[in-house]
Order: sequence, then C-alpha cells, then structure tokens
Amino acid sequence: MNTNAMKSITPTSKFLWQVKREFWEHRGGFLWTPLIIAAVMLAFMAMALVTAELTARQHGFTLNGIHIDQLASHIDADEMAKFQGALDLGLITMGFPIRIALFVVVFFYALGALYNDRADRSVLFWKSLPLSDTQTVLSKVAAGLVLAPVFAAIGMIALQLGFLILLSLYAGIHGINALPYLWSPSHLIAMWVKLAVLIPVNALWALPTMGWLLLCSSWARSKPFLWAVMLPILAGVLVTWVQLMNAFDLRSGWFWQHIVGRGLLSLIPESWISLSSLKALEHAGDDPGLAIGNLLSFGNIADQFASPNFLIGVAAGVAMIATSIWLRRSRVEAYA
Amino acid sequence: MTAVVQANGLSKRYGNTVALDNVNLDIQPGRIVGLVGPNGAGKTTALKAILGLAEFDGRLSVLGLDPRTHRTELMQQVCFIADVAVLPRWLRVGDAVDFVGGVHPRFSREKCEKLLARTKIKPTQRVRELSKGMIVQLHLALVMAIDAKLLILDEPTLGLDILYRKEFYNNLLSDYFDEQKTILVTTHQIEEIEHILTDLLFIKEGRIVLDATMDAVGERFAEVMVNPDQADAARALRPLYERQVFGKSIFLFDGIDKARLAELGELHKPSVADLFVATMQGTYA
Repeated sequence: MNTNAMKSITPTSKFLWQVKREFWEHRGGFLWTPLIIAAVMLAFMAMALVTAELTARQHGFTLNGIHIDQLASHIDADEMAKFQGALDLGLITMGFPIRIALFVVVFFYALGALYNDRADRSVLFWKSLPLSDTQTVLSKVAAGLVLAPVFAAIGMIALQLGFLILLSLYAGIHGINALPYLWSPSHLIAMWVKLAVLIPVNALWALPTMGWLLLCSSWARSKPFLWAVMLPILAGVLVTWVQLMNAFDLRSGWFWQHIVGRGLLSLIPESWISLSSLKALEHAGDDPGLAIGNLLSFGNIADQFASPNFLIGVAAGVAMIATSIWLRRSRVEAYA
Repeated sequence: MTAVVQANGLSKRYGNTVALDNVNLDIQPGRIVGLVGPNGAGKTTALKAILGLAEFDGRLSVLGLDPRTHRTELMQQVCFIADVAVLPRWLRVGDAVDFVGGVHPRFSREKCEKLLARTKIKPTQRVRELSKGMIVQLHLALVMAIDAKLLILDEPTLGLDILYRKEFYNNLLSDYFDEQKTILVTTHQIEEIEHILTDLLFIKEGRIVLDATMDAVGERFAEVMVNPDQADAARALRPLYERQVFGKSIFLFDGIDKARLAELGELHKPSVADLFVATMQGTYA
C-alpha cells in the first residue's frame, strides 16, 4: 500500500540539503564568527576615531603639517593615486583577523566533521537516510572550503564598507566630502571580484590539509586532533633527527614545508603566496599597495595552478578525501 | 513472496571473537519479528550487517539488494531507529522535518506534522531541549512518515518510562504497520512486546537458537507446575528448564505432547521471557 507517491529527488538537491545541514550545525563558526569580528573591529575603529577627534579638538589636529581641514584642498593627482593604493592595501589587510579566524574554524570543523557524529552516535541517524557516504563527505568539504570562506568574504566586505562609512562620517564632520576619495566603485568592485576569485583558489590549495584532517576525522576512534597534529610533527622530528645523524641525504626543511606544512597549514587563506614573493615585498619601495596587488594578481594566481606544489597537493587531497569516504562506509563507532 | 531479509551462512568476527556464526534467516513481509538475545549475543551486529553498516561473510540479501554495495538505494526502503540517543542534539525539530523531507523520496511531510501535533514537541525546539521520551516521539514521527518496507528497531525504548514505551508500540501498530511492512525489533523488555510479535528469533553466542512463529512457539512449548511427588516423572521427560515456586516445580518443555504433560500438573503457556531465560541459561557462566 504505497500511500505516498515517490517524490523524485535529484542528487544535487540532496547535496544542497547536506550542505545546509552543515550550516545549521556550524552557524556560529561559519556565519557569526566573521560578522562578530567585523563588528568588534568596527567598534574599535569608531572608538579610535572618537579619541582622535577629542584629542584634535583639544590640541588642534594636523596631518603631515597640514591641518585636517585643509587636507582636501592640498591633495594633488599623484598623492591621490598613492592614497588610493594605501587605501586598497588597508582594506585588503583589514580582513586579516577574519582570515585567521576562518582558518581556525575550518581546521576544527574538518577535524570533527567525520568524528563528532560517530562520538555522539548521531551518525546512526544520518546513516538511516538514503544518503551516500560520498555525498556526505563531499558536502563537508564544500561546507569547509566554499561555504565558510563565502561567509568570511561577506564579513570582510561588511568590515570594509563599515570602515569606509566611518571614515566618510569622520571626514564629513570636518566639512570634507570624502566620497570621491573613499568610494571608488571600480576599486571596490575589483577588490570584491578578487575576494571571490580567491575562494576557489584557496579551496584547491587547501585540499591536502582538508583531506588530511577529514582522513583523521573518519579514521580516529578517539582524539582526532592528536592524530592529525602529532603524527606529521613526530614524522618531521624523526626526519630532522635522521638528517642530523647524517644517515640519509634527507632534507628536513623540505619535509617540514611540503609534508607537515602543506598537510596542516594550507587552510590558511592565501598561504600559497610563497615566501620568496613575500620577500620581494620588502623591495617594493614606497608603493606596497601595488606590490600586494601584484601578489594577488590573476597572473600570479595562474602561475600557482601550474606549479607542481599546487597540483600534487590537489592530487594528495583528493586521494585522502577518497580514503575518508571509503572509511566512512563502515566506521560508525568512536569513543567520545 | 520474496523475503525481506534472507541470510545464508552470515558470519562476522571481531578479532578472535565470533559475533555471528553461520546465521541463516528468512524474514517474510508483513511480519513483526523480535530478535532477542543476551548482551553481546550478536543482535546489533546482525542489524548492522542488514543495514550495510558492517562488513560480513556469507550471503545476505535485504529486499533483494546486497546491503554492502546498495546501501543508499536500500535506505529508501529501510528505516532504522537505533536508540533514543542518536538524534543530533543541535538539530531543530523543524529543520529535522525539512531535512528528511528534502532527502527522502518516501517521506510525507503532512503525516509527520500530524504525528508531531499529537505531542508537545514544537518545531522551534532543539533536540537537546527535549526529554528522552520526546526525542523518541520525534524520531518515531520522522520514521513513521516514511513509507518504507522494513523498519529496524534496536532497543528503541531503552530508558523510557512505561507511558512512552506503551505509546511507542501502540503508534507503530495502529498507524504504521500493515501487511506490506516488516518490523524487526530487538529489546530487552520482551514481556512488553511479545503480544505484538508474529515471529521470534533467539540469538545466543552468534547463533540463532530459536526461529519460530509465535503460534508455533505456543504449540511447541509448555510450562507445567508440578507437585514434588511428580517431579521425577517430569524430569524424565527432559525439560528445558526447571525452577521452584512455593514448593512446587515449574518445568518448561519443548515439543512434548500436551496431554501427557497435563497429567503431571497445571499447564501454562510460557511467557517469552521464561522461554528466553530457559534457552539462554549458562550464557554468562
């Protein structure tokens, strides 16, 4: 007696429901963390501006010898360009705390993703539904590498907008119309496009860490954090020790950077920017905004895709995620 | 009719421990089967194998599918309540209904909402705010709204008070069960469900030691209350089990002619619990 007609449900919509489930469970980390950081930072900025204003009222406030009220009339085209560069740099780097928080949130999210529901036995509920293990694991990859960074980007954009509004208000109090200086649509949109492009780039770069953490999460019967962190570090220590013993021609620096580092820290946003190109920043002269822009240029991003470091990382990440899916099939127990 | 569950030589070991030892099963549609055994007898292992949650040796077919390779497909037709503690504590009731509705092709939202309306559960509540009894009401409402062929219950009422336990089985019988559905249930509270069972499976140390319909159980087994003077005569008939009550002996017999037993004393139909104790004696020794 089939009282209910069978609805047809596409795999895509099942997948989206599973991503939504991850969002329900991790709303605090994914959504509220970046927004709260943005709000707190804006509150501090507002306090700083108020303090500056009060000090200025008491002592008369000057910038580079120019009284602030005269600032607008004293700026020429060259200075204006420098100001834009500095503003862009400020707006980009302002998101740093949100990025660090994103790393921490996603790191622990991935460690618990295939472990917590085994520890509290709710895996038995999820497994009682017609959901494939492949979709389940991939929905968690998507939640950590796409959904969480999208919310972080929203938080960063909110922070930038809030900062610009504060600055405009401050300038307005001093009778300066800051709109043409601060609100350049082309700069802002270009920056947000960059933020959006960075999400898939960071996601691919982060695959080895994501894969490793999910692997530990689905494999460990207890304490996935210890396994995930101690195993690579002990391996690194061992390699260093063997090298110190001069037994083999092993380069421990290479191991720390490419195995331990890539396995644990690739979730840090933009960590694919290599140290050598960061060093180039020191010689960037008086236009660091431009140099940062170059680091994040589409050309530099495209170069990353071609590098073996990037591609081997993607392959290793995919292999570890596949292994976690395989483990997920029959691992339903864990000790809380 | 094709069997709902068919197992041949189903075995499972964990290291040196044999959890399932060459188990054969044949569960037909429209039955309510009680799988009963002491702790560690292999009940949960058997259910896990049927649900595709554990590897095993031997042949096992559930609704014609191999649970190891067709788990996702199978779970459209099979529902499962492990025990009260498995609903994730962070989940909101409303979200749970949305989610199951979103991923399960045989879920009826209307039916689920109707079932929940009979309880005190509100859609905005989280599972962690519900009592144990309410969690099981929620889980049951979700599962009963799914038009599945096989429902597996593993100690579904563990830790609930008698009101919730009664309500649980009453709901299942009145609003869910029909001749197209099959229920496979394990529980330690056998006395509460024996009247709803159609079939009985006893499992002991990984082996099925009794596989019979409840009707057959009634015909095969008999309990006789015997005065001390007749006790030796009763023992000669090789009873399964003997216990003493108020100076009389109660013997449990398997397959002895009822007329013969009636001569020894007062004849009773044994309860499943008595049968269980008799069958499982020596398990923990």
